[in-house]
Amino acid sequence: MLKKIPPDSPRCAHRPAHDIVGPGAAPITLVVNGIARALSIVPATTLAEALREQLALTGTKVACDRGACSACTVWLDGAPVCACMVLAIDVGDREVTTIEGLAQNGPLHPVQSAFIAHDAIQCGFCTPGLIMSCAALLAHTPDPSESQVRAALGGHLCRCGTYPHVIAAVLDASRRGRSRP
Amino acid sequence: MSAGTRSEHYPVGIAGVSLREIERRVGPDEAPPLPPNAQLRTVGQSAPRVNGRAKVTGQARFTVDVTLPGMLHARLLRSPYPHARILSLDAGPAERHPGVRAVHLIDHAIGRAREIADPGPAAPTGRRMLYVGDPIAAVAAVTPQEAQAALDLIQVVYQPLPFVIDLEDARKADAPRVFERAVHSESFGEPAPQLPQHGNVHGPDLSASRGNAAAGLNAAEVLVEAEFRTQVQTHCCLEPHALVADWRDEGLTVYISTQFTAGIRAELAEAFGLPLSRVRVLVDAMGGGFGSKSRVGQYVLSAVELSRRAHAPVRLALDRHEEQIDSGHRPSTVQRIRLGARRDGTLTGVSIDAYGTAGVALGAGVGNFAQSIYECAHFALAQSDVFTHAGPGAPMRAPGNVPGAFAYEQIIDELAERLGMDPLALRERIDASPVRREERRAGAERIGWSRRRPPGSDPGTLKHGLGMAQSHWPALIQTNSACEVRILRDGSVEVRSSVQDIGTGVGTVLAQVVAEELGLAPEQIAVRIGDTDFAAGPPSYGSRTSASITPPARNAAYRALRQLIENAAPSLGAAPEALAARDGRICTADGRRSLSFREAAALLRTDEISVVASRSDDYGGFGHRMGDAAMARKGLGGVQFAEVAVDTETGRVLIERVVAVQDCGRPLNPRQIESQVHGGILQGISYALYEERILDAHTGRMLNPNLEQYKILRSRETPTIEVHVLEHYQGESATDAYGIAEPSIIATAPAVANAVYNAIGVRMRALPMNPAAILAALGRVPQPSGPP
Repeated sequence: MLKKIPPDSPRCAHRPAHDIVGPGAAPITLVVNGIARALSIVPATTLAEALREQLALTGTKVACDRGACSACTVWLDGAPVCACMVLAIDVGDREVTTIEGLAQNGPLHPVQSAFIAHDAIQCGFCTPGLIMSCAALLAHTPDPSESQVRAALGGHLCRCGTYPHVIAAVLDASRRGRSRP
Repeated sequence: MSAGTRSEHYPVGIAGVSLREIERRVGPDEAPPLPPNAQLRTVGQSAPRVNGRAKVTGQARFTVDVTLPGMLHARLLRSPYPHARILSLDAGPAERHPGVRAVHLIDHAIGRAREIADPGPAAPTGRRMLYVGDPIAAVAAVTPQEAQAALDLIQVVYQPLPFVIDLEDARKADAPRVFERAVHSESFGEPAPQLPQHGNVHGPDLSASRGNAAAGLNAAEVLVEAEFRTQVQTHCCLEPHALVADWRDEGLTVYISTQFTAGIRAELAEAFGLPLSRVRVLVDAMGGGFGSKSRVGQYVLSAVELSRRAHAPVRLALDRHEEQIDSGHRPSTVQRIRLGARRDGTLTGVSIDAYGTAGVALGAGVGNFAQSIYECAHFALAQSDVFTHAGPGAPMRAPGNVPGAFAYEQIIDELAERLGMDPLALRERIDASPVRREERRAGAERIGWSRRRPPGSDPGTLKHGLGMAQSHWPALIQTNSACEVRILRDGSVEVRSSVQDIGTGVGTVLAQVVAEELGLAPEQIAVRIGDTDFAAGPPSYGSRTSASITPPARNAAYRALRQLIENAAPSLGAAPEALAARDGRICTADGRRSLSFREAAALLRTDEISVVASRSDDYGGFGHRMGDAAMARKGLGGVQFAEVAVDTETGRVLIERVVAVQDCGRPLNPRQIESQVHGGILQGISYALYEERILDAHTGRMLNPNLEQYKILRSRETPTIEVHVLEHYQGESATDAYGIAEPSIIATAPAVANAVYNAIGVRMRALPMNPAAILAALGRVPQPSGPP
C-alpha cells in the first residue's frame, strides 16, 4: 500500500510552468484512495479543503489549518503530510491516501485495530491523523523503539491526552505485525 | 420509611481493603443491589468503545462534518480593539454583496457578566466592544469565502477607549472600567447572593468562611504564608466550537459540538421564544469541550438568527484564532495564603485571599478545594473577580480547584517542612478521608516514596525530585437525567438518551450497564445518544455524567426486563420471580427451563417494550440540592505522585513518572477510566509547565493565538504514567459509579511543583514553571517582569 518516495522526487510544481491557472476555479484530477477524482477548485484550495468539501472525505480533520497540530495528516505517495499545508493544485499525480482509504471495505489496518484494543481514542478528532502517521511509521520502520514512536507522533496534538495509549497501541501493532507469518 | 420501599443490602467500602455490607431502604422500582465488580460479567470490564470503529476509520460524524442541502456559511465580524465604542456601522455593502443571504447585527451581547441595570437590546451604533474579538455582526453566504469577503465590506467606525489588560492595573480605583454598572453575581452560571463591586473588582465572596480564622491563626504555634500565581490557560479543543442551525416553520434543529444537548435546547427555546418541543439539538461525535462547550454562546445565537432570516441551514465554525481569543479559558489567580498549625500538624486557622480575572466574565474563583480537603474549624476565604478587557473565561476541567490545589497543596508541603514532618505524615494528621488514606498508602508504595531525599540534595546539574499532592472534587449528580431502554420484538435492545459522548465513552458504559442487567453482551446493545428527541440526559461536565445516567439506564433495563419476563413466564411454566436473564437467555435458577432472549422478545404483544427511568435520589440522601443537580454527601478524592528531573542549566523540567491513585466509585470500564486519567494528568502537566495565554499590553491582542506558540504538552513530553483506580462502593445508586475527568487533573500541577521543589530546593509559586521561570528562581537569570 505504501510506496517509498524516491529521494529526488519533486515535492511540488508538478505542473509545467506554462500551465497557469486561476484566479477562478480550475479543473484538476486527484488520485484519492486509488480512484481518480475530477474536481474543480480555486487555486487557493488546500488539499484538506478539497478532500472534505469537494470529495466529502470528512475523515481528514482540520484543527489549526496551519500545520501546527497534524490532525489533517494524509499520505502523499505514502509519506505523511499535513493536508492543510498542501495546495490541492500542487498534488499533481501523487497518490493521496486518507483515513477512509486505510481499510477500504476490508479488515482494519493493524494500527486501527490496536487503537480500539488499547483505547487510544478519546474525543477522536485527532485520531485519523494520528493513525495515518502511526501506520506510515510502521510501513518504513516495522519495529520502532518507543522513542521512535514518540518522535513520529511529535507533530500531533491530542488535547485529550491519549498519548500513552497511542504509544502502547503502535508498539502492540508492531509486535503483531512481526509475529505474522 | 415511606410506603413501598424495601430493604436491601449493599456492598460498601474499598474492595480488598474494607469491603462490608450495609442495609439501605430503596424505592420499589430500583434494580436490586449490584454486587462488587468481581461477581459481574460486563460492568467493570474494559469493553471496547462502541464508537471505536467509527472513530478509527474516519466515519465518526462530528459537527464540523455535517452538511445539509442548501447550507450557508457564516462568519463573525469581531472587534479589533480591546475597548471601543461603535460610532457608526454600515452593513449595506455586505448585504448587497453577491452570495450573501443574511446579515445579523448583534444588538445585545451574551457570554459575559450581566449588568444588573441592563438596558437590553440597543442599536449596534453606540455599543461598547469590551475585548479584542468581541463579536459585532454575523454574515451568512453561499460559501465561507463570500461570507468573509462580505465581512470586510461592513463599514465600522470605532472610537477606541482606554482599556486595561493587566490584573493588578485593573484593580486600581482609576483603572478604565470594563462594566459601567454592577453585574449579577453568579456561581458556575447559577444566580448567587449579590456581592459588592468597586471599579473592576467584583467581590469578595466570603461565603465559604467558617469559624474565626484570625483567632485560629493567633492560636498557631507555626505560621506559613505565601503568595501563588496561576496563568490563563485556554481550552484548545481540537474540534472548534461549531454548529449547523436549521430553522424551519415546523421548528429549529441544531447540530452542535456541545457538552449538553438538553441544556442547549432549553437555552435556545428561551432565547427564540420556541416551545421545547420545537427545538431539537443533536451531536454525534464531539471533538473536545473541557468545559467550554457547556452553554449557548454568541456564535450560536448568531447562526440561529441567520438561519431564521435566510430560511436556510447555516453553518458556523470558529477558526483557531477565534477559538483562542473567544471560546473561554481558565482564569488567572493570585492567592495569598496564611496557614496556622500546632506542632503536631493540626491546622488551627487558614486564611486565603484570592483574586483573578476571567476577562469580561465571572468565574475566577479558587473552587472548594481548600475549604473541603482538610479539617480546620477556623477558615476564611475571600475571593474576588477582577474584570479586564479580555475575552470571557469559561469553566475548564475542575474550574477553581486546579489553581486552588496548585497553591494549597504546596503550602501544605511548606508547612510539613517547617514542622519537620514528611508531607504524607502531615496529611495523615489533617486529612479525615479514609479513601485518600488508602490512596496515599498505595501511591507511596508504587512511586517508592522512601527514596525521597532532602530538597535540592541531588549533586550535579540534573536534579531529581519526588513530590505528591491530593485532590478533592465534589461528587455531582444531575437529578434531571433520564434514559430509555427499549427491547424490540426481534430481541434487539436500544438505550436512548440525549446524553452526549464528548470522548469519555459514556455510550460504552451505558451499553455495559444495560447488557449486564439483561444478560447480554455490550455489543448487542444499540446506543442512541446525543439527540434531544430522546429522554433528556445530563450534561457532560462537572464529572457527573456516569453518576447521573448509568443508574437510570440500569433501572430502565431492570424494569423492561421485568416486563419481558412477566410476559414470557407462562410459556416457561414458571413464576416471574423464579426467572432471570443470564448468558443471552431467560431461565429458571436451576437453568432447566429457558428461552433465548430473542425467543422471549418474540412473545411480546407489541413491537417493543419501552421504559424511561430518571435518576433516583442517592439512597442515603444528598449532601444538598442545587436546582437540577445535587451534591453527594461525600466527595471524590485522589492522590498523585510525580518524579521529576530539573536541568538547572537549561531550566527544563522533565517529568519522568507519575503515579495516580484515584476514586470514581465503582469503576465501570477500567481502560476508559485510565484514558481519562491520562488526559487529566497530561493536561495538568501542560498547565504546570507550558501553557500560557499572552496578551499584548499595547493592543490587547493575544500574541500566541494558535497551536504552535501556545505551547501544549505532546508525545515527547509524556511521562510514564501508572494509574490505579480504587473499587469504592458506597451503596448510593443502582450503579454506584462516579466521574473521573476532573478528579484526575487537580493534584497534578501541585504534585509536579512539590517534586520540583524537592529537586532544586526552591519553591515555584507561579505558573507556568517554564525554563525562564526555573532559571530565574535559581538566580541564574534576572527575574522576568512577567506578561500582562
